[in-house]
Amino acid sequence: MIIDETTVTRAEQTAFALRALYRRYGYIPYRMGKFEEYDLYSRNKDFLVSDSVITFTDTSGRLLALKPDVTLSIVKNYREDTKGTEKLYYDENIYRFSRGAGTFSEIRQAGLECIGTLDPAAAGEVLILAAKSLESVSDDFVLDIAHLGILSAVLDRITSDSALQEEILAAVGEKNLHGIRTILRERGISPEKGEELTRLLSLYGEPEKVLPEIGQIAAGAGAGEEFEFFRRTLSVFSDGGFGGKIRVDFSVTGDRNYYNGLIFKGFIAGLPAAVLSGGQYDNLMRRLGKNAGAAGFAVYLDSLEQLDDTPSSTDFDVLLLYGADTDPGELAAAVEGLQKDGFTVRTGRSSSRVRAGRTGVFEKGSITWQA
Amino acid sequence: MAGIDCLLNIALPKGRLGEKVYSRFAAAGYPCPALLENSRKLIFENPDAGVRYFWVKPADAAIYVERGTADIGVAGKDILLEQGPEIYELLDLNTGICRMAVAAPKGFRDDTRRPLRVATKFPHIAERYYASMGRDIDIIHLNGSIEIAPILGLSDVIVDIVETGTTLRENDLEVVENIFPISARLIANKASFKFKTSEIEKLVNKLSEETEEFSIKERI
Repeated sequence: MIIDETTVTRAEQTAFALRALYRRYGYIPYRMGKFEEYDLYSRNKDFLVSDSVITFTDTSGRLLALKPDVTLSIVKNYREDTKGTEKLYYDENIYRFSRGAGTFSEIRQAGLECIGTLDPAAAGEVLILAAKSLESVSDDFVLDIAHLGILSAVLDRITSDSALQEEILAAVGEKNLHGIRTILRERGISPEKGEELTRLLSLYGEPEKVLPEIGQIAAGAGAGEEFEFFRRTLSVFSDGGFGGKIRVDFSVTGDRNYYNGLIFKGFIAGLPAAVLSGGQYDNLMRRLGKNAGAAGFAVYLDSLEQLDDTPSSTDFDVLLLYGADTDPGELAAAVEGLQKDGFTVRTGRSSSRVRAGRTGVFEKGSITWQA
Repeated sequence: MAGIDCLLNIALPKGRLGEKVYSRFAAAGYPCPALLENSRKLIFENPDAGVRYFWVKPADAAIYVERGTADIGVAGKDILLEQGPEIYELLDLNTGICRMAVAAPKGFRDDTRRPLRVATKFPHIAERYYASMGRDIDIIHLNGSIEIAPILGLSDVIVDIVETGTTLRENDLEVVENIFPISARLIANKASFKFKTSEIEKLVNKLSEETEEFSIKERI
């Protein structure tokens, strides 16, 4: 079978490329059912991007849900006796509330999960794969990486009130430095206490440039161990193979009930929101009663459709008009002849409402091209 | 998204606030004189300064930025809290200052036996505010002339923007509770920030210097 590349959408091309990429690194495909027991999601609502889930009752009366997420299912099925590390990838449709549509949407998502012993080498490989995933979509990408453990330690120095921490965290996600200062002022916390956090947030750039200062901040907040993990993990990029596309940015955050260490987001020039999102979710593992580390990410394939080139001004190369008395066999032969020359050919009786590159009239076995 | 070109696309809220903010952008080194000429045009470019401005309805500015049509924009904190867009909030411009407040007819007393009827243009803000207090409410989403809702008996109170309080006084209403202060914010699209980092940071730095000067002048 020969695949005509012009008929393959950006999302499909990327899905093929990603599957091949993950296979090269020894990841194994993971295919799952469309449904999952609703209970899994109701217990872990905050892990989901949106807590709206499509549910239905199956024939035996159990409440099922159309999968709104893949990670939870993979983690649930992880068996601790699998000595060593599981490396899995997927390419699945999920169903979740979409703000743009205002209702549920089917979203195609590809990604991978690395579950088991998560040392800097394994975590670094996940980051490399994230960068290569973005690269397979476009050379013009940015991968922003942060470490929630370091951020949490810095937040702990400001306040132990978790509600207040969440409020500050929201401002962190918006790079909202004046917002952080306002929150501290309103709560009567001295502005000096927030200085480390604003410094951490202002450090945006390539790892080798910002890591030394982050190291100081982390050490000051008692997160030396977390920083060491972060530094060693990021050393996978020290050969500079991705140019300035890998950046440390502590405004990348996530729900700390699930995510703990690394957290990252990928952007492609020309798309307004992140197309890749992932992190280290040891806390989720613990919540699901698994004694292992884990990291993974997802690529939102649907959003790539916006990158597709501007539609061509014609729907096909040739429109072949024929009359009521045309011999069908002769017409078919003429079409095949044109196709052999590489043209796309549409036959029809009239040229209304079609946009053809060229129009020809087929009569008595020959084509008369129209000007 | 049209933002891949080299110009910085800026969404400004049409109206008095937008014009005021534009003069700050111009003072910071991003002028586009054609903008203030009285015309019906909505899009203006100044390639020399590297900017393209467009006038949008104030409530839509955050949408243009979130969707990446504008790299940066100016929106009131009220809009940001109501819509909750995925954006970076880079600067408080210290202008367009007002507050979100609960107002009611003079002498109002909350009848806690039944849900409070709240008329507002900002249903999410009202919902969150009363949820934080555990008060059951009935939201009436209106698009304008909010002040007449309690007078006509459509609602008990209103949640709305209060600037000087003149409109409230003229309608025999008063502020019962302040919810939060509001001012105009400089916002940026998250992806644009990655790919136009230096341009956006330069503009933010210049504007924030300008904002400090501006704040001092305002105070005097």
